[in-house]
Amino acid sequence: MRDGSLLLVLILLPFVGAVLAALLRPNARNTEAWLAGSVAGGGLLVTLFAYPQVSDGGVIRYVIPWIPSLGLSVTLRMDGFAWMFSLLITGIGLLVVLYARYYMSPQDPVARFYALLLTFMGAMLGVVLSGNLILLAVFWELTSIVSFLLIGYWHQNESARAGARMALTITGAGGLFLFLGLILLGRIAGTYDLDGVLKAGDVIRAHPLYSTVLVLVLAGALTKSAQFPFHFWLPNAMAAPTPVSAYLHSATMVKAGVFLLARFWPVLSGTPEWFTIVGIAGLSTLLLGAYFAIFQQDIKGLLAYSTISHLGLITALLSFGSPLAAVAAIFHMANHATFKASLFMAAGIIDHETGTRDMRKLSGLFRFMPYTATLAMVASAAMAGVPLLNGFLSKEMFFSEALEEHHETILDTIAPYVAVAAGAFAVAYSARFIYSVFFGPKPTDLPHMPHEPPRWMRFPVELLVVICVLVGVVPNLTIGPFLRSAVISVLGPDTPAYSLSVWHGVNLPLIMSIASILGGLALYWFLRRELKIDADGAPGMRGIDGQRVFERILVAVSWRGARIAESWLTTTRLQPQLRLVVALAVLAGAWAMAGSWHLVPPVNLHGLDPVLGALWAVGMVCSVAAAWSARDHRLSALILVGGTGLVTCMSFIWLSAPDLAVTQLLVEIVTTALILLGLRWLPKREGLPPRKLDLMARYRRGRDLLIAVLAGTGLAGLAYFAMLMPRPPSVGDYYLEHAYVDGGGTNVVNVILVDFRGFDTAFEIVVLAIVALSVFALLRRFRPAEDNLDRPFQQQEQDANDEVRRDREVGDTLKDYMLVPSVIMRWMFPAISLFAAYLFLRGHDLPGGGFAAGVTLAIGFLLQYLAGGARWVEERLRILPVRWIAVGLLFSIGTGLGAILFGYPYLTSWFQYVEIPFIGKMPAASVLVFDLGIFWLVVGAIVLVLVAIAHQSLRTRTRRSAAERQEAA
Amino acid sequence: MSATIIVTAAWIAHGALALAMALCTWRMIAGPRAQDRILALDSLYVSAMLQLLTFGVRTGTTVYFEAALIIGMLGFIATLSLAKFLMRGEVIE
Repeated sequence: MRDGSLLLVLILLPFVGAVLAALLRPNARNTEAWLAGSVAGGGLLVTLFAYPQVSDGGVIRYVIPWIPSLGLSVTLRMDGFAWMFSLLITGIGLLVVLYARYYMSPQDPVARFYALLLTFMGAMLGVVLSGNLILLAVFWELTSIVSFLLIGYWHQNESARAGARMALTITGAGGLFLFLGLILLGRIAGTYDLDGVLKAGDVIRAHPLYSTVLVLVLAGALTKSAQFPFHFWLPNAMAAPTPVSAYLHSATMVKAGVFLLARFWPVLSGTPEWFTIVGIAGLSTLLLGAYFAIFQQDIKGLLAYSTISHLGLITALLSFGSPLAAVAAIFHMANHATFKASLFMAAGIIDHETGTRDMRKLSGLFRFMPYTATLAMVASAAMAGVPLLNGFLSKEMFFSEALEEHHETILDTIAPYVAVAAGAFAVAYSARFIYSVFFGPKPTDLPHMPHEPPRWMRFPVELLVVICVLVGVVPNLTIGPFLRSAVISVLGPDTPAYSLSVWHGVNLPLIMSIASILGGLALYWFLRRELKIDADGAPGMRGIDGQRVFERILVAVSWRGARIAESWLTTTRLQPQLRLVVALAVLAGAWAMAGSWHLVPPVNLHGLDPVLGALWAVGMVCSVAAAWSARDHRLSALILVGGTGLVTCMSFIWLSAPDLAVTQLLVEIVTTALILLGLRWLPKREGLPPRKLDLMARYRRGRDLLIAVLAGTGLAGLAYFAMLMPRPPSVGDYYLEHAYVDGGGTNVVNVILVDFRGFDTAFEIVVLAIVALSVFALLRRFRPAEDNLDRPFQQQEQDANDEVRRDREVGDTLKDYMLVPSVIMRWMFPAISLFAAYLFLRGHDLPGGGFAAGVTLAIGFLLQYLAGGARWVEERLRILPVRWIAVGLLFSIGTGLGAILFGYPYLTSWFQYVEIPFIGKMPAASVLVFDLGIFWLVVGAIVLVLVAIAHQSLRTRTRRSAAERQEAA
Repeated sequence: MSATIIVTAAWIAHGALALAMALCTWRMIAGPRAQDRILALDSLYVSAMLQLLTFGVRTGTTVYFEAALIIGMLGFIATLSLAKFLMRGEVIE
């Protein structure tokens, strides 16, 4: 495996593991941990195995063409920098998995947790290994989404939901900007390939769109890395389980932003714009994050703000634009990941063993857990930048870079002072964390009696702390070569000479270090009493709360803005809406057609079929009369609409569209029954309108009539002229020619539906299934209007009559009336079923097909319900429409997949005539099975809706009798 | 000769059926009772079916007979549900 397929294994492993993890039982803690651990461990081994190929500037590439015409390909690419990140992701991932095994309680559904964690690992590896900008954006979004799910893992918890939503909103919006920026970047560079883009730095920096690209890309990177002013999502994301915080919010996801900045550092940096934006963001985040961290009461809150501050440090280093600063930035990325992950895990141990993370309650834990306390102290010292630990080395490099003069601006001048101040703050919050948690008097009101954690829960912390110390003492022997290959892969030939040694002699950076350590300790000494009793939040900064601003904006946009827009632009009443839409359509049409009067062909009645004319006259009269009576006479309106529908079907026949006519006729019949079913549940009308209308009403009606007439004549005219226009060659001719040759059917409409446009049809029936299921779901919650709760008056009268007469029983009237019709209706069922089969089988060559057959069979079922009532039918027939829908979907989609088995594209059809005894020669295309799926689905969908409405009267009746019984009792 | 007779007869049938449809429409609009309207719709369906058959006879095609078959076989269901609605106040009990 010397080629790039190593990368493919690396990136696929977590996703495969995630699928497996999701399939295990929710409480399989050990199995899950072993699975996730072996995935992470496997990833780590693969990463280590790949090192020889990426050391000293080597690059592994693996390319799978995806949509080559758009420049899209799945390009995986690993260089030294990506290797370093892969090592962090898989290595810390392994430790986090081990840690989470002991952290998660047996009640937590760990299958979801490990599945998400592994998905995240895959997405993050995707971000660092992408060799294509678009692929990078895809994985970037995936990390945002998975982090949303992980933060909201305990979704019963309000703060977890809120934190997850905020993180997704901020990072998702940033991701959108980043996507735009990457698209622009690819356009400017002429390629979406990362190597190509990295080579095109000069072109990109000189391009007029450079600043646009810069702002967009930075919007993505700075939101992801929680830089000021987008920092506030990270403290809120601390509602996540601690393993998630240790993994996502210290080592990996928040590092994606600075990873991106470093990745595009050769391309985008070095300009005044870069320095200004990135520098302001980095330095202010560095200072403010450290300042806020001092005043947190929650340990994880402190660590979160400290993370923000350290990310600010990295950002600031990258902003300087000098190669040495970039080296320091890359070095600090690795250092921060090690000490911060161990600190988060230590915080989780404290939380786990004492039941609280509040530093006002915690104290004197050293006597209970001396081992963990020592580890946490070493890690905090690394965080504070104490010598002989890894944090010290990169901080020292930062100080010396801050002193360097890079740009002639105030920002550059104040950088050293900001650096020292932030360093002092870091020492102060580290000291506070250690002192208030581990020293002082015995804690009083802790939820649990604290004790040392299990052996293997502490192991990840131990390992990470050992790394911190080793790197801090002998950097050249440990991280030296790996850092070197990472730096070379980013900086290339510009790689400067740098020294990682601990002792550089007494120089200005060392003095700054000493000053910040002493200053920080003094600061903590002054603040210590106040901090013990103080509320959450930093003094002087409580008013400036990014979270509150964010929430205000969200409320303003999504709620108040919507209300204002509604009151100004729309109305909740249907009539004005319709008036507006139709009037706008008329105006737009008139505007578009203005001045083209000369194009109107002469109107003549030559060639008019008198019968068709008479039919249309009938249809038009019917529709106008239906509109006229719609308000007050619903039933008449429905009958008249039936007339219009019939005429429509007739004109399809006259215009040679038998397929449409057949289908439309069937739909017409079902629709009439469906509307009738609904009519029963409409609220009763409120009396007749007054005979005499006032002036306003008359004006309103006149205006609406005018709009209606204009729109109607306009549309009719448009259709008329369109039909008179000479027909351009269209796609229809192609279908006519190829229907039999390629599709094996003489019914072109059917061949188009099931073969040429089979893909469309497959999706349309999916939509149909969704619609039917939603109608069903909505009707389950249906509450009829008050005045419809009673049975219809006809039934009450007939039953009352039956009750009064001695020789009759209740229900006799119905039985007598329905005696003859119901026999006919029941006997019709086999005939209708046969007709449905006939329509189905001939569909490929002659009018018919799955849809028409399905509607026919549904009509057959409807007839049974009409004849005997819902109870009668359901006592005799098991009707499972939802299952029919499912079977139909499986059939039609499965047929399409069948083609893939034979090595053809999805939905490729196969065609043959077969001889069937008694029926004769029949076309048997594989689309017939597809059509069978449509058939089942249509039957299921229509029956489901019909039955759902029909059951309403049964439901109200049972509910009413239950209520009566309750009243009586 | 016989072709002429058939075509002429078909045209006359067309005209008569169109007249029948127009009268049905009148009854559908004028009522006066809902029962009249429903019966009118039913006979409109029957006339339409006959129109289709006449059309087939005149043009010599059988492609359109399925549509006529549908009206003949299933057209009464619309009438039936309307009648049931009138009689019992709801279509399916």
